[in-house]
Amino acid sequence: MTEDRKKASEEQLAYAAVLNKGMWIGLALLIVTFIIYVSGILPSYVPIQKLSEVPQGSMVPYWGMRAHEFNKEFNVPHGWGWLSLVNKGDYLNFVGIAMLGGLSMICYVVILPILIRKKDNAYVVIAALEVAVLLLAASGILKAGGH
Amino acid sequence: MIRSRKFLKVLIAVLSIAVLFISMSAFASETQEAVKEAASTSTAPWWVWPLVLFIVTFILGILAVLGGVGGGVLFVPIVGGFFPFNIDFVRGAGLLVALAGALAAGPGLLKRNLASLRLALPVALIASAAAIVGAMIGLALKPHVVNILLGATILFIVTIMGTAKKSDFPKVPKPDNLSQSLQIMGIYREESIGKEVEWQVHRTPQGLALFIIIGIMAGMFGLGAGWANVPVLNLLMGAPLKISVATSKFLLSITDTSAAWVYLNQGAVLPMIVVPSIVGIMLGSMVGVKILAKAKPKAIKWMVIGLLVFAGLRALLKGLGIWK
Repeated sequence: MTEDRKKASEEQLAYAAVLNKGMWIGLALLIVTFIIYVSGILPSYVPIQKLSEVPQGSMVPYWGMRAHEFNKEFNVPHGWGWLSLVNKGDYLNFVGIAMLGGLSMICYVVILPILIRKKDNAYVVIAALEVAVLLLAASGILKAGGH
Repeated sequence: MIRSRKFLKVLIAVLSIAVLFISMSAFASETQEAVKEAASTSTAPWWVWPLVLFIVTFILGILAVLGGVGGGVLFVPIVGGFFPFNIDFVRGAGLLVALAGALAAGPGLLKRNLASLRLALPVALIASAAAIVGAMIGLALKPHVVNILLGATILFIVTIMGTAKKSDFPKVPKPDNLSQSLQIMGIYREESIGKEVEWQVHRTPQGLALFIIIGIMAGMFGLGAGWANVPVLNLLMGAPLKISVATSKFLLSITDTSAAWVYLNQGAVLPMIVVPSIVGIMLGSMVGVKILAKAKPKAIKWMVIGLLVFAGLRALLKGLGIWK
């Protein structure tokens, strides 16, 4: 038993393996899409140069605006609406960001069968509930702020 | 020899913080000038800020892993205070930065058995659900309120950590019923003393209750929660400092995910701020993990305190309008 506890458990190693691969894929996606963005290979929905510009009648550049003002200014869709703009250089970056955001969910799904096989019932419930929480957060159903 | 090595490590830590402080102060004055200039004509070329962000977040990534904090806790006050970006986008980026740093460090910490999945999973469930609530509240708060609360909280945590006497290997005379039934325990090799350390936790219900507050605050302030995770895991629940630091880091990859989705869905994420920061923090975190396995718990603890004092003071003074 003591020897077992010195080593990482099967589910811990499985979680680490998926996390490792997913992290590298996410990182690669981020770098590639960002290069596409800044190089101008794909046109941006909000032009890059515009971000640091100060709009007329304002004291702050566009990226200094509050999020709701920025979104209103450029008519940026909320929630998963960015998917419709994935052909634009800036919103293509959201693919990598979403990949990193979804990685923990994938890891939980991967360890669930191991926990079930081990009849580790308490952790099966915990892992299943966590997947539900993360799905709720990612769904876009929840509305935040008073803007 | 050992003393000189210790001195060298402390010296490197102090110098790193000093360099960061001086750099940020320099950026502060430049930023203020840029904002003044922006009001009349235009700002610096767009590529300057992403480049500076990349360099700063790379350094933060290294220091964050060693300090057992999410990059977000340093990122939000520093970038929010010294860069020309709105605090909404900074908080959205801060969560993603903390998330990315945790994702980068997670596999190594899990494989080395420094981060404990059994300890992290119950805590993560509570903290991540609370972080969603926190994110929703946070997007409704005014920026100066966020800064005051954030600064005060960090300085409070620093006080607790600075005055705690037994934190490297806390004594846990008897594990509580909940931790026993969940089998939250383990053994790890502490390289700095060349021994295997057996650990277990107590006060689990109280610890889990505190993670509701920690989760809300993480989502509300748009930062990782390592600054609070580590004291609760270590000082309250009794996990060894190194296990607490590593588990906390891994924990952020789950807690911050839920809050980050709320910010993403509300359009508070700007790729030009997020991506250079994420890449910088991930690369920095990888370097940090390699150093962590051989670092001494005491050195880590003092590095945490130094980083948190700086970040906390900055946020508090900015919120009060003293250090703009």
